[in-house]
Parts: sequence; structure tokens; C-alpha cells
Amino acid sequence: MKKLLIPALLAALIVGCSSTPVPDENAGAPVESRSGSGVTPVTAGGLDSRGLPKELTDPKSVLSQRSIYFDLDKYEVKDEYKDLVAAHAKYLVANKGFKVLIQGNTDERGSREYNLSLGQKRSDAVKRSLILLGAKEDQVESVSLGEEKPKNAGHDESAWADNRRADILYKAPDGRGEF
Amino acid sequence: MHQIFQKIFLVLSLLAATLAQAQLSIEITGAGANRIPVAIANFAGDPAAAQVVTTTVRADLERSGLFKLVDPGGSTLDENAQVNFADWKGRGADALAAGSLTRGGDGRMEARFRLYDTQKQVALGGAVFVTGNDQLRAAGHRIADYIYEKLTGEKGVFSTRIAYVVKSGGQFRLQIADADGQGAATALSSTEPIISPVWSPDGSKLAYVSFEKKKPVIYVHSLASGQRQVVANFKGSNSAPAWSPDGRKLAVVLSKDGNSQIYSVNADGTGVQRLTNSPGIDTEPRYAPDGGTIYFTSDRGGSPQIYRMSASGGDAQRVTFDGTYNVSPRPSADGKTLAFISRRDGRFQLAVMDLASRQVQVLTDSNKDESPSFAPNSRMILIATEIGGRGVLSAVSSDGRIKQRLSIAAGDVREPAWGPFSQ
Repeated sequence: MKKLLIPALLAALIVGCSSTPVPDENAGAPVESRSGSGVTPVTAGGLDSRGLPKELTDPKSVLSQRSIYFDLDKYEVKDEYKDLVAAHAKYLVANKGFKVLIQGNTDERGSREYNLSLGQKRSDAVKRSLILLGAKEDQVESVSLGEEKPKNAGHDESAWADNRRADILYKAPDGRGEF
Repeated sequence: MHQIFQKIFLVLSLLAATLAQAQLSIEITGAGANRIPVAIANFAGDPAAAQVVTTTVRADLERSGLFKLVDPGGSTLDENAQVNFADWKGRGADALAAGSLTRGGDGRMEARFRLYDTQKQVALGGAVFVTGNDQLRAAGHRIADYIYEKLTGEKGVFSTRIAYVVKSGGQFRLQIADADGQGAATALSSTEPIISPVWSPDGSKLAYVSFEKKKPVIYVHSLASGQRQVVANFKGSNSAPAWSPDGRKLAVVLSKDGNSQIYSVNADGTGVQRLTNSPGIDTEPRYAPDGGTIYFTSDRGGSPQIYRMSASGGDAQRVTFDGTYNVSPRPSADGKTLAFISRRDGRFQLAVMDLASRQVQVLTDSNKDESPSFAPNSRMILIATEIGGRGVLSAVSSDGRIKQRLSIAAGDVREPAWGPFSQ
């Protein structure tokens, strides 16, 4: 049985290690963690800890709002988010070196792969709006996380509403940022 | 019909409880109607090795739901012993296996056995497997496969492997285990999700979708070396890989040209060709076993339904018509059956279609079935489902009679993929 025990031991070790905080930029979900501590990190040069300008991350700036929510089975940007999308488009027009990654999300019900494609429809809708408002094709990438990265881990209507969403992530010209 | 809810716990592990949580444990919740009574005698020779092998053979046959194990009592029988057929018949055994474990000159173990038909009083055959001392369970699986094939006429899958993803804490682990859930090993550990693993036809590689780059990217992962190759990382999403039966190509879903569409790509990532051209979503491609047809999910008709088309693209024919949500098509290896997930009254359930008659049968009574995967002998279907709010795997026979549940105490198990016959 010795051979059989080894993978189990290794697996147990990996699980054991996972509780240790790792200074890895991939370790957390950046969009969700923004408001986590209630402390705004201050960095010289007007950049936050990810190297992004404060106006993209300061809670007082409209550009710190990065989530666009969708209704059940709906894939168009709702009127209430048009101003927010316009503000991001304006920033991209004025800052050609910046790029965004739009991640579409769905609730947990149904096929994971079909949901991935539905999430893509949401991020595509946001991308289309940004391009229409002047952002350049090479500044915007729309992708989908499907049902894999729920913002709300619950299993009820309100959790599902939180998860039908597209998030905007930024990257600065120097390559630093959220993706 | 004394099947359903006959609960037999087969927590086979000799492991301590803390270690057992990393292993899949298997519970049988239903068995076939006419199980073949078979006795596996205690094998002779090295007692410890014999114990491992016979325990494995018995557990395999029992778990399949097709056999009823007859207690061999204390009798130890090697493959050359005189068999008292009347005695074994009297105990209710239609078949009997006897064998031995001996150490060869090089330290390797030789497992010999012979299978008898107690009614006809003849030997049905036998074999010898030479194996390392740490591979005794593998020898047991081989013997169980031999017995299964001789007595049922179809190939056994006890020597195959399965892949699945475990989510525990914030960690996602792509694991490989024997078909009985034992010997789990982690192929990939990540803080980001891993979905849609599929085995290469030769069983040496897995293709899957990993989100480690903040977006879905398709990798091919060689299990022995751990070497990973990106096969699709185009702008947008890259997902739903499916191997062609010859292992040369993958059907994939890309959003690089707009909405999610199906493409084919060589297994090394070169030679991308678009296969579908629809205004909606086309996803979840799967090659039929002959390689000439691809089944897939599309919402071109207004709701997600299953379609089929030539593997080179072109016109598609709709395959499912009942209901408004039929997804995740998986053709069986014998080409006779299509497994898929069907939404009925808001519940997602495993269904099968007989491809000749187009007759559909729902096989489960659950709420959240997903990701079906056929065993290579087309008899069992592995699915992910949810019990008590936790992700578990369930294996269901294609006639719905036999059900097994595989769970891990420490986490959610999902995205199962049953590997090919071992070579």
C-alpha cells in the first residue's frame, strides 16, 4: 500500500499549504477584493499597489466602479449602466496606452461550458459599447469566466443576480495592473 | 427487482481517516436485476500479496453491480488445484476463480489465476500477470477485467482511470485516480478554476480549460512528464476541447471572431479551422467514435439544443426536440447512445438517447447533474451532481439500474472524465 499512500500524502500537504497566504497576484480576485479591507492603499506617484492611476481605483472616482449587472437571460447593457460604460470609454479614448479585460459571468445554473458562452455574450456587449464610444479594438478584450468565479457563493435569487455580471479589469502601459 | 437502495459501503481504504479524505469513497445505491453469482477463492502463495489481489478483484466485481459474490469460506485454492465443482455449485457459485501469487527471481510478483464454470465443470481460461509489489491492485484490476469479460461478454473497465477536479478551500486540483477512486494523484493544482478535462485517446494526455491567465485558455497536459502546452489562447475565450478519435486534432470553442463558435485545431495548436458559422452560440463539441460526425450544443433555434454535423463543418441537423434545454452531448464509444443533460421542471438531469430509435430516457432523479462521461465500454456514465449542497460524482449504468456515488469528504468534486481502455 506504500505507493498508494504517497499521492494522498502529497495531496494532504498541498491542502495544508493552501491556508498560508502566498504573495501571488493570481491568488485573489482583484475586483472583489477592492473594498475588502476598507483601507485605500496609498502609493507615491498617484499609483495604487497594482501600478494603476488613483482615478481608476479611488472609491470616490466613478472609474472605480467596474461591475455591470445583467438581468436573467439578458445580454444587453442596461440603461442604468450606460453612463458607467461611457466613463470607461472616455478614459480609454484619452489614455490609448491602457487596456481593459472584460470578464463576463453567469449564475451557476446549467452547463459550465454553455454558461461560459453566455458569459461571453455579456462581456461582448460591454466591449461593443466601449468600441462604439471610441475605444480601440486593441485596447479591449472580452472573455468569459462563465459560472466559475461567483462573486456571491450563495444559491438563491439574490446570489444569482450578483453573479450575472461583467467586470472591467485595467492594465497600464507599463504592463502593471489587474490582468 | 431487488436492486435500488441496497446500500453497500465499500470504503476499501486501509488508510487512516485523515488520509482517506483525499480519496474518493464509493457507495453503491443500486445493482443489476440478475447478478451472476461468482466466488473468488483466497489465492494461494504470498499471503499479503494474495490478500491485496483478491480484495481488489472482489471489490471490482461487486461494485459493477453485475455480480453477486459468493463467500468462499476459508478455502485457499491455487490455479492448479482440483476443483470440487459440486461443492461450489452447492454454495451457489456459477463461476469460480482460483489463483496464486508467487515472487519471481527478480523480486517481481507473478499473479496466476484460472476461471471455472461450475455448471459445465470446465475452465473458461486463465492468465498470468507479472507486476511490481507496489502494483498488486493493478494486477487485481486486470484479473477482474478478465473475469468480467468472460462472464458478461463485454470488456471490463476496472483497469481504466478517471480524471476530475476537486475544489477545496480556494484551491482547484485536477486529479487522476483508478476507476475505483483509489490511488488519486494531483496532475495540476491552481488557485483558479479548471474545467472540461478530456483524455487523449491513448490515455497519455489530458486537454482542459484553465483560468490561470484570468481567462479561459486550453492546455494539453502530458501526465507522465507534467509538461503542459497551450493549444488555444486566442483573443477572447478558448474552451470546450474534444479530441478527435485518432488523437490528431481537437475540436475547440473560440470567441476570437465574435460569438462562441466551433473550430478544429491540430493537437499542437497549429492549423486552426472554423467549423461552424452561426449567429448564436455553438459549443460543447464531441466527435462521434467514427470521427466523421461532431455533436454539439447550439442556441440557433432559440433554446440550447443538441445538433450534429460533419466533422469538417457544414450543415447541422437538430438531434434533441423535447424541452427547452438539452446540452452537453456525449456519444458512447460503441456509437449507439448519446448521453446529455436535460432540464425538466427546472431540474438538470442525465438523459440518454438511443441513436437508432431516437428514444430518450431520463436516468436520474437529481437536480444538478452535469458533465456526463461514458466509460470506454459504453456501459456506465460518470456525472457530476450535488448531494447535500456538495459536489459528488455519480456513475450510472446506461440502463439506469446501477448507481454508484463517489465523494471526497474534504471538498467539491466535479468535471469527471472517464479515461480510455488501458493499453
